[in-house]
Amino acid sequence: MMTPDPLLRVQNLSVRFAVRRGGFMAAKSWLYAVDDVSFSVRRGETLAIVGESGSGKTTTALAVARLVAASAGSAHLGDTDLLALEGEALRQARARLQFIFQDPYSSLNPRLRAGAIVREPLDSQDNTAAGDRQGTVDRLFQAVGLRPEQQALFPHQFSGGQRQRIGIARALATQPELVICDEPVSALDVAVQAQILNLLRRLQGEFGLTYLFISHDLGVVQHMCDSVAVMYMGRIVEHADRLPLFNTPRHPYTVALLSAVPSVDKARRARAQRVLIPGDPPDPVNLPPGCRFANRCPLAEARCSQSEPPLREIAPGHKVACHLV
Amino acid sequence: MSALLSVQNLRIELTTRDGVAPVIDDLSFTLDAGEVLSFVGESGCGKSMTALGIMGLLPDRIGRIAGGQIMFDGEDLTKASEKRLREIRGNDISMIFQEPMTSLNPVYTVGEQIAEVLRAHQGLSKRAAWAQAAELLDAVRIPNPRGRIDDYPFQMSGGQRQRVMIAIALACKPKILIADEPTTALDVTVQAQIFDLLRDLRRDTGTAIIMITHDMGAVAEMAERMIVMYAGRRAEEGRVDTILEHPRHPYTRGLVSCVPHITDHLTEARDVLTEVPGIVPSLRDFGQDQCLFAARCTMAEDRCRAQRPSAVAFGTDQRADCWRAEDV
Repeated sequence: MMTPDPLLRVQNLSVRFAVRRGGFMAAKSWLYAVDDVSFSVRRGETLAIVGESGSGKTTTALAVARLVAASAGSAHLGDTDLLALEGEALRQARARLQFIFQDPYSSLNPRLRAGAIVREPLDSQDNTAAGDRQGTVDRLFQAVGLRPEQQALFPHQFSGGQRQRIGIARALATQPELVICDEPVSALDVAVQAQILNLLRRLQGEFGLTYLFISHDLGVVQHMCDSVAVMYMGRIVEHADRLPLFNTPRHPYTVALLSAVPSVDKARRARAQRVLIPGDPPDPVNLPPGCRFANRCPLAEARCSQSEPPLREIAPGHKVACHLV
Repeated sequence: MSALLSVQNLRIELTTRDGVAPVIDDLSFTLDAGEVLSFVGESGCGKSMTALGIMGLLPDRIGRIAGGQIMFDGEDLTKASEKRLREIRGNDISMIFQEPMTSLNPVYTVGEQIAEVLRAHQGLSKRAAWAQAAELLDAVRIPNPRGRIDDYPFQMSGGQRQRVMIAIALACKPKILIADEPTTALDVTVQAQIFDLLRDLRRDTGTAIIMITHDMGAVAEMAERMIVMYAGRRAEEGRVDTILEHPRHPYTRGLVSCVPHITDHLTEARDVLTEVPGIVPSLRDFGQDQCLFAARCTMAEDRCRAQRPSAVAFGTDQRADCWRAEDV
C-alpha cells in the first residue's frame, strides 16, 4: 500500500504566551503552551491530538489555523506555509482550512438565521455567483441532515446536536481540504454524540476530507482516528498510527492515560492494571529540567530529570519521547 | 436489614412558563448502607433533581415535592422542617457537585471551609476543627496538608479542589454521599485518582454513595446497582453487571452501544456507531400516559404510545419499564 502524501506538515511549531507573576512590575516570563511540535496529517485521513487540559492540543490547532500567533515553526498545507502568509493571501488560504468548535452554543451568531450562518463563509470568499450560493447552502443542509425549511430558524431554536450540524455545514461551505475539529462532541449528550461522530465519518468519505481531530475522550479518538499524537505539557510524547498506539502504547504517559479510561468491558477491567499517576503536572512557567512527565512517571530514573528525551522513531511511523523506550 | 434510604413514589414538580411539569414522576428505590448506587441518563432526565429532592435543595418556589416519601433512618424527609434538614445536610447526607471550580467559596481558605462544617455540625472548637481539617486534607491525599490548608481555592488544581469538596462532604462521616457528576469536569487521569479515593473512603467509613453520571464506563467501575432515568421516570433498574450484559430497555441498550468504548485489542474494523435518534423530550411533554421514549425507540408499537409501561422483572435484581422488555 502506498502511503498518501501528507496534506498538513507541521514542523517545530511553538506558541508562547507572556505571563507576569507577582503584579505589574514583575519580570515577564514565557509560558510555552506548544513547544517545538512536529507532526503531519495524511490526505483523506484523521490525525487525533489527545491530551489532558493544559497539554496544548487546542493551542496547536489554533496556531495552525492562524487564530493564535505562533512564535516559531512552519505549517505547510500542501505547498503553502500557512504561518508565513499575510494579508490577502492569508484571507484566501482560510478557505482551505476550516474549524468546527467545541461549544455549539457560543460558536453560532445568535442574530443570524441558520441559512445565513452557513452562507457567510461563501459570501466572504466571493468566488461564486450569489445565485449559486443558495444552491450550495441547500446541498450542505441536506448533507448534514437538516431540513431545508430549517434555514429560516435562529440558533436558539435548535438542539445542541442540530447546532453542531450547522457548525459542520458552515465549516464545509468553502470546500476546505483540512477541517480542524476541536472537541466536536464533548458538549453533547452521549446519545447525540454518536449521531455527530457518524456524520463526521460519512462526510469524510463523501468529500474526501482530512481531519485534525482534537479530543480528550480516548474512546471517541479510537473510533475516529487513523493516527494519534499524544501531547503532555506542550510536547508530543508519542505519535503513531491507530493500531500500534492503542494496542502497544510505549510512552508511560500514554499507558497511564489509556489505563485510566473507565470501561464497561468486564474482562478489560479485570485484566487492566491501572497505572495510577499521582500528583499534578509541573508548573508550566518554571518547567523542571529533563522529561516533563518525570515527577509523575512510575518508571522514572535519575537521567529522566536531567535531560529531556527527544521524540525519536522506534518503529516505522511510531515515535516516542522517552529515555526508557 | 431495612434500607438506609427508601424513596417511595416520589413526585417532584417544577413550575415552568408552560405550567407544572413532573420532573420526577413516581420514582421508587432503596439504598442500603455502604452501597454504591448510580443514576444514569442524558441531561434533562431528572438525575440531579432526584439528588436535590433528597437533600431538600429544590429551587425555591419553582420546585416542590408533590407526593411520595423519602424515608431516611425511619424519618420522612419530605415532612422534615427546614431546621431539621439543615441538621441532616452535611451531617448525615452530603453532596459533591460537578464543578469543583464554582462550588467552593473563593474568598475563604480551604481550611476555613472544611473547619466551618465541623464547627457547625459537631460543635468543635476553632482549634480542634482546624486540626481535623488538616487530617481530612491528608485523608483525601492532598500532599503537604498543613502547608496547603491556608491556600485559597484558586491556588489549587481542579482535581485538588474536588478533593477539598470531598473532604468537606466527608467531614462529619455522613451515611450517604451524593456525588453529582463528580469527575465530569476533570481529566481522565485525575478522574481515576478521584474514583480510587472514593472507593477507599467508602471501604474505610462505610458511607453509601449515590453517583450521578452519564458515563457507563464510570458506572461499571464504581457502582453495584444502577437506575437508568429517562424523562423523569425510571427506565431500568438492576445490578450493573446484569444490565450491561443484557439491557432490557431499548434506551439502556442505546446508551451502552452509542458510545465508542475503548478496547485494548483494537482491529482495523470500525462499525458505524448505534444512534439513538432524536433528543430528550422537553419538560412540557413529561408526565403523559405513554412511554416517553417511544418517539426515539425503534421497537415502539401502538401500545407504547397509548399507555405508560409498567415494570417487568427479570430475575430478582433487574426491572425494566418497557412494554416490549421481553423482546429487547
